[in-house]
Order: sequence, then C-alpha cells, then structure tokens
Amino acid sequence: MRSQGAGLFAYAIVYLAFLYVPVLFLPLFSFNNSMFIAFPLSGFTTQWYSQMWADAAVSHALFNSLKVGAAAALVSTMLAIPAARALTRYRVPGGASMLAFVNLPLFIPEIVLGISLLILLNATAIPLSLLTVALGHIVVCVPFAITVLVSRFEGFDKSLEEASLDLGENGWMTFWRVTFPLALPGIVSSLLLSFMVSFDDFLIAYFLAGSDVTLPIYIWGQLRFPYKLPSVLALGAFILFVSTVLVVFAEWVRSRGLDHRKHKMVGA
Amino acid sequence: MSDETYLNIDHVTKRFGKVLAVNDAQIAIRRGEFFSLLGPSGCGKTTLLRMIAGFEFPDAGEIYFEGMRMTDEPPHMRPSNMVFQSYAIFPHLNVFNNIAYGLRRERLARAELQRRVEDALVMIKLDGFGPRGANELSGGQRQRVALARALVRRPKVLLLDEPLGALDRRLREAMQIELRALQKSVGITFVFVTHDQEEALSMSDRIAVMSAGQVLQIASPRELYEAPNCREVADFIGQMNFFDGKVTGRDGGMARIDAGALGMMEIETGASTGASVLLALRPEKIALSAAATNSVKGTVMAAAYLGERSHYNIDVPGLNEPVSVATQNVGKIASQGHEPGDTVHMTWPPGALVVLPRD
Repeated sequence: MRSQGAGLFAYAIVYLAFLYVPVLFLPLFSFNNSMFIAFPLSGFTTQWYSQMWADAAVSHALFNSLKVGAAAALVSTMLAIPAARALTRYRVPGGASMLAFVNLPLFIPEIVLGISLLILLNATAIPLSLLTVALGHIVVCVPFAITVLVSRFEGFDKSLEEASLDLGENGWMTFWRVTFPLALPGIVSSLLLSFMVSFDDFLIAYFLAGSDVTLPIYIWGQLRFPYKLPSVLALGAFILFVSTVLVVFAEWVRSRGLDHRKHKMVGA
Repeated sequence: MSDETYLNIDHVTKRFGKVLAVNDAQIAIRRGEFFSLLGPSGCGKTTLLRMIAGFEFPDAGEIYFEGMRMTDEPPHMRPSNMVFQSYAIFPHLNVFNNIAYGLRRERLARAELQRRVEDALVMIKLDGFGPRGANELSGGQRQRVALARALVRRPKVLLLDEPLGALDRRLREAMQIELRALQKSVGITFVFVTHDQEEALSMSDRIAVMSAGQVLQIASPRELYEAPNCREVADFIGQMNFFDGKVTGRDGGMARIDAGALGMMEIETGASTGASVLLALRPEKIALSAAATNSVKGTVMAAAYLGERSHYNIDVPGLNEPVSVATQNVGKIASQGHEPGDTVHMTWPPGALVVLPRD
C-alpha cells in the first residue's frame, strides 16, 4: 500500500517535470551571463532584461498584442454572454448542435483557419492590419468564451431571476442586480482566457497581420539574429510569468464561483 | 376573516404543448384566508400558483386581484410576493440585503429601510443575522429569510410553493405551526402549494384539491375529510375503504342501499333508485369487537401495532378487497389485541358511510 503510494508520487513528479522543466529553461537562461544557450551557466545577469526593455520595437509589439488581446477578449465575451445565456436558460431548438457548431473552430487546425481567413480578406479586399488580426482572434476566442460562460450559467437557479422580478424589479434591473453579479466570475475568466488565447496566438496573427506585428511574430522575426537570442529569452520568460499569473487568477476566479454554487446546493 | 373574494381565478386554462396543465380552474380566494392548493406532483398546482404570480400566463380565463384584471401583468406589477421552493436566496448578498432587495424601488430613507428590515428579522427570529452571508444559513434559516424578503414588501397575497418540502420532518412540523401563527398575525392572504395532505389539513382555512389539471373540490379541511365529493378526493385525503352499492329504493331524503356483503342500509343521499354508487368508509370509524349483533363479520388477515393505534386488514366474505380498520389503543393492552385468524365483528356509527358517484 505504502510503496504503491510512493510509486504514484514518483510518477507524479516525473509527469510534472516532463511538463514544466523544458519551460523552466527559458527563465533559467534568461538570467545567464552568456550569449550562448548551453551549460555550464556562466553567471547571473539581468542585462538581457534591460536590453529587452530598451528596445522600442519590443514595447511596440507588446503594446500591439495587448490592444489586439483586449479587443478580442472584450468582443468575444460580449458575443458569448447572450449566446451562453440563451443556450442554458431557454430551451433553444437545436441548441446542442448549435453549441457544437459554435465550438467547431476549436477543432479546425489553426493553419487552415488562418489560410481561409486570409483568402476571405483578400477576396473582400480588406487590408491586413491589427484589426484583421483581432477579427481572426475573435473567431477562435468565441468558443472558449462560450464554454466558460455556459458552465457558469448552467449552475444558475432560474428562480433567482424570478425572485427578483417577483420582488418588484423589471427585466433590465434584474440583469444588473442578479444575473450580472452572479455571472461575473465567469465573465472575468472568459475575458482572461480569451485574452490569453489571443496573446499567445502565432499562426493566425502571422497570416492576418500587415506590417504592424504582434509580439509572437516579432519574437519569431528576432530568432534570425543570434545576438538577440538572450533578450528574446528574457521576453519569453516575462510572457511566461504574466501568462501564468493570469491563468492562475482566471482559474481562481472560476473555482471561487463554483464554490459559491456548491455552498448554495449544500445549504438548500 | 371576511367572506369577500380577494383573488379570483376565473376559468383559467393553461397548456404546455399538448399537456393540459390547468383545465378550467375556478377558485375564489377570500381576503385573509390561508388557502392551499393540494394535489400529487404534476397536478397543475404549481402552474396555477405561477400564473397567480405572473411567471406563466393563462391560455384562457382571467385572474383578478381585488376585482382588478391582472391576467397579463408581469410579476413586478402584481401585489403578490412569492416564497420559492428552492427559497431563491441571492447567494451574492447577505441576509440584510436579501431582505432589503425588494424595498429599493420604494426609495425609503436609510433609517426607515434599516427599521423595516430589522423588524422583519425580529419577526422571523433571526435578529442580528443581517450581516450573515447567504451561504452561512441552514435550510430552516433560508426558508425564514425567503419569508421575510417577501413579507417586508407588505404584499396583499403571499404565494408559497412547497416551502416546507426541503426541511426535515421535525423542522417542518415546527414551521407549520409558526407559518400558521404568522399568517394570523400579519392577516394577509396566503396561497400555499403542497402535495402533503396532512400539512394542508393542519394549516389551511380552505383547500382546493387538484388532480390532472382539474380542481376536484374546494372545501374546509373537515369537509374534505368527512364529505369528499368524489373517489379521487376521498382516496387522496387520508385512507378510505370503498364498497360497491346499489340504490334499491328511496324514502324521503334517505336511500335504501344494497351494499352486498355489508348488507342493506339506509343513508341520506340524493342518489336515485337504481343508481350504482360507491360507498366510502374511513378505517378509524369502524369499531371491532369479538361478538356483536347487527354487524359485519370478518377474519383478521393482518394486524400492525403502531403504538397509539393499531391497523388491521379484515377479510369479509363476498368482498374483493380486505377492509382496512384503524383502532385507537386507549384501553388496557390485553383488551385490545386482535390476532390474524381471529373472527371479528365490525360496526360503525350511522352517517359514517359516504355515498359517492361511480366513476
């Protein structure tokens, strides 16, 4: 019994190492005082970080990514709220297949999606820009947003909204006083998740960006110059840190919401 | 309590697809009355309540509050408030804000709002619970908060959708008494939905018994129990023995009925000569004795001792079903016991038999 537990523990350690050790090389070498990415480490430095921050192109690409990410997150979440509500609150004819259809972009390879969007934009003569990148990201973000929000709305007791109507509030005030606050954890985690999906995306942005690029495309371009590699590592480590914080925060918000719901079930 | 109709449900019909949920319901609820809608699940009682609240709208018929037509008004325009089966306590608000929720539109001064909510908390014996989170309440406390949240708005009618269903038995019995006392003290009309006949009998001024969308009988608890108007009501409220009978002649208000194995009897009823009728007899109206004249003889098939009372199934030659009998164990134990196989004689007072139409 005991040795079996130890075996499982070891398995878990190996599993986690397999997942995260490669990623951890990024921050490790970003502090290494050498141009070359190789062991042994030659010393600690933060020069690659200062070099990165000094580079105006980096901050410009970063700002572009933030803009695109914020727009994609906001629009896809706003599109997803009524959809998720309709799918959970009302018996929509063909609701299940509609949900599957909306989720389809998740299963289309991004490269296919990128090429088709590019063809569409060319055909309609819309010039490539950060706007087209954001539009492409919305296509991929909406399924994530709907999935997060549906799981949030599903736990809703329908009588909470009815109680609000019964207590004298109209439909609009009921949305603001009951529906919105209860859905807020789901909305926040939908925003964060959509933002991350957009921020991390390379392929779609690669196809749909004009001359103005997002951060992943900028990084890809920098890899051609060996002397820039350490500062790219610093940038990667920075992105890794921010992503981790965001994802952990989104998950915390979501599980806090679920907790809320669980308590209610137990109490009832 | 006055006899004035306060809430008038006038020939209301509601369909869900092909299902007839409520069929031509006609109920006049009086001011200040504790009125129950009683029936098995799926009988349409909750649909009817939701139509009174404004969550559903009738396909036909009208609903009047104090003579005012409210059939199509949304819930927030009606002078009623509801206690939901799940209580629907807002999980993101504390107890104080849950109770104050419906007072926002009244634009009360801060002190007045505070006073109204505090009074409501005192009424439900939860004073000091205002800052508690909704998740920190027990089932019984949630139920009280739901009550206070509805009553603080001073509704003309309080609608209650099986509010005691989620509580355990002891708490439910305590809440039945409290709820009844509360209704008497606030003096407003309660419309109470339940499938529990004991609950309905013990709390209500009047009860409407519903089945399959139909209102079968509207009467006081005593009348429903002593004089049900059809087999379904008789069957649903308490236990009942049924016997077949045939009217063989009439003498003034009395009908002479041939009840087969039970013999010939004279009962006051309007049934005409030649009519087949159903005779209903409550188990506890029957007295058992070892020997008696002018009685029905039978054999004890099964006996169950239940403390303050005993139940027997008595086989009577000529009857398909055994007769169920309940006796109070008031005397000494030795004088009470009837064992399976014993021959017993059944007697009942005149008037105990209820004559029902045959379905």
